[in-house]
Amino acid sequence: MSADAAAPAGQVPDAAGHFGRFGGRFVPEALVAALDELDAAYRKAMTDEEFLAEFHALLRDYAATPSRLYEAQRFSAKAGARVLLKREDLNHTGAHKVRNVLGQALLTKRMGKTRVIAETGAGQHGVATATAAALFDLECVVYMGEVDTERQALNVARMRMLGATVVPVTTGSRTLKDAMNEAMRDWVANVDTTHYLIGTAAGPHPFPEMVRDFVRGIGEEARQQCLDLTGALPDAVAACVGGGSNALGIFHAFVPDPGVRLYGFEAGGEGVETGRHAASITGGSSGVLHGTRTYVLQNADGQTIESHSISAGLDYPGVGPEHAWLHDSGRATYLPVNDDEAMAAFALLCRTEGIIPAIESSHALAGALKIGPQLAAELGREPVIVVNLSGRGDKDVHTAGGYFGILDKEQ
Amino acid sequence: MSRIGVSFDKARADGRAVLVGCMPAGFPTVEGSIAAMKAMVEAGVDVIEVEIPYSDPVMDGPVIQKASDVALAGGVRTADTLRIIAAVAETGAQVVTMTYWNPIEQYGVDAFARDLAAAGGTGLITPDLIPDEADEWLAASDTYGLDRTFLVSPSSTDARLRMTVEHCRGFVYATALMGVTGARAQTSQAAPILVSRLREVTDLPVGVGLGVGTGAQAGTVAGYADGVIVGSALVRCLLDAPDQAAGLAALRALSAELAEGVRNPVR
Repeated sequence: MSADAAAPAGQVPDAAGHFGRFGGRFVPEALVAALDELDAAYRKAMTDEEFLAEFHALLRDYAATPSRLYEAQRFSAKAGARVLLKREDLNHTGAHKVRNVLGQALLTKRMGKTRVIAETGAGQHGVATATAAALFDLECVVYMGEVDTERQALNVARMRMLGATVVPVTTGSRTLKDAMNEAMRDWVANVDTTHYLIGTAAGPHPFPEMVRDFVRGIGEEARQQCLDLTGALPDAVAACVGGGSNALGIFHAFVPDPGVRLYGFEAGGEGVETGRHAASITGGSSGVLHGTRTYVLQNADGQTIESHSISAGLDYPGVGPEHAWLHDSGRATYLPVNDDEAMAAFALLCRTEGIIPAIESSHALAGALKIGPQLAAELGREPVIVVNLSGRGDKDVHTAGGYFGILDKEQ
Repeated sequence: MSRIGVSFDKARADGRAVLVGCMPAGFPTVEGSIAAMKAMVEAGVDVIEVEIPYSDPVMDGPVIQKASDVALAGGVRTADTLRIIAAVAETGAQVVTMTYWNPIEQYGVDAFARDLAAAGGTGLITPDLIPDEADEWLAASDTYGLDRTFLVSPSSTDARLRMTVEHCRGFVYATALMGVTGARAQTSQAAPILVSRLREVTDLPVGVGLGVGTGAQAGTVAGYADGVIVGSALVRCLLDAPDQAAGLAALRALSAELAEGVRNPVR
């Protein structure tokens, strides 16, 4: 990750965290001082050689990055495109999220705070946070919707093994959005000692910008790796979008490259037309949720509508504000991928490459299968698509096994 | 000119604090919430704070969350809230509306301000809208002559206190402690300090909320603040009651106790 502020104009939010009409801070006044403190610490850190050296050493030696860019030849044959997989699934803890967590945990230490809290849906961000908390000797409390603690019992056990306290949230829909509400309430009450380690590029300023900066190494690495491998930039970059940190992480370095198309694939659930989906950009509208203005799934009165996706990690009724802006500006294209399409791509990668992907990342794979032939027709040659394989599928074996009907009865 | 200033002027002349009682609109039903608010007025609550129920109320503790969930499950709409406000304003009591920002943004900020003024509301308390993001509301509240109550917190810097009170009209809401709504056993030590910091920067009336639930606590807060804001303890009267009549009786009793409290400021 480069430490300089070399991002092109328009790619950086204004001083108050607005990406065009999106972003900002819609929070209780009680949190403003903490957000200002965090913003100052983050800006100082990003130009502090000592911080960056420590962060990069952890990314390399602990998280095992840079992750590889792997040419998936057998999968490519099915996609009608040359598909290059950014192997974030091979990072420690099994996803891109470790990059963000290490960055924020380091900042927590620098701010002199002793406790971190986090929200988690599937449990991946909770596990990553618990991991960093163990490494940095921080107290860790993870809020998780009661519905999710039941669906993801193994991840609850993992967090506890790592020393975290898991608090089941029983309010509202008892899923990720309610876990986020509860974490915000904890933060308001304990902000002196506690950092809220948000798991995606959403929430109030400076979280969207800061989280993106901690994960933008994904795209910086992939851009160079693609040049080294193919001698050129890719025709397209594809990623799944829930809150959207993995997508921003891989998009960011490519935003200034006009020839590189950026595709974000949202969770279409049972189909956007059914109303049972998590595609906030495709199927939502502009609103305020969890401290930021962005695209939200909501009714006419502004009440949040529950999202639906087979992928717990994409099952969120909002999206990071930078994605809302990339959508409005036309720089990135957002398309829905439904549950069945994602699971077909999941199965295809398993069988063609011997890689079990996260169901989240399978949305990006399904997207590549969709856009591959379109791009080939348009360009008149085999396109090159970089897909962010943002996480591995070990955590999804139960869900996928159930979906495909391959579990023995007792399981 | 402030609408709600009338209530503060009157109380000040009487040597007491204003009692503000909060109830979510549509809890337990639209008609039930009107009955509850009228009972509060009859028992001595000066200003009714009508909270628009919201699916993701991050500044509210479990009691108001539960009541909001009940109201939303019952299908209450933003338009119903305006109807409730009008019904309560007809009694002669002043009504202030507490709302998270998204319901207003979706209704349309200017349209809501217009309809709120027409319903007889005095203005808005906005727990997740800080003046930094409030341009549209500043304009609409000016257009329709509505009051603006932003929150300040013990963690607010002096610069933010000054900036926030400059954007308030009517009164400023001082959150007594770092946390969410809900009655507490002890009154806050931080609140009197925050209020005296506010006195340094503004002549606006100061309302103190979060954690007040008894007449004695109301008297303590009335000793240093201009308004005492009570929510969860009142809502609990209805949540815990076996039926509506018992709920309203408990609500009247607590309202009267709180009204007595603000009339006996502990100085």
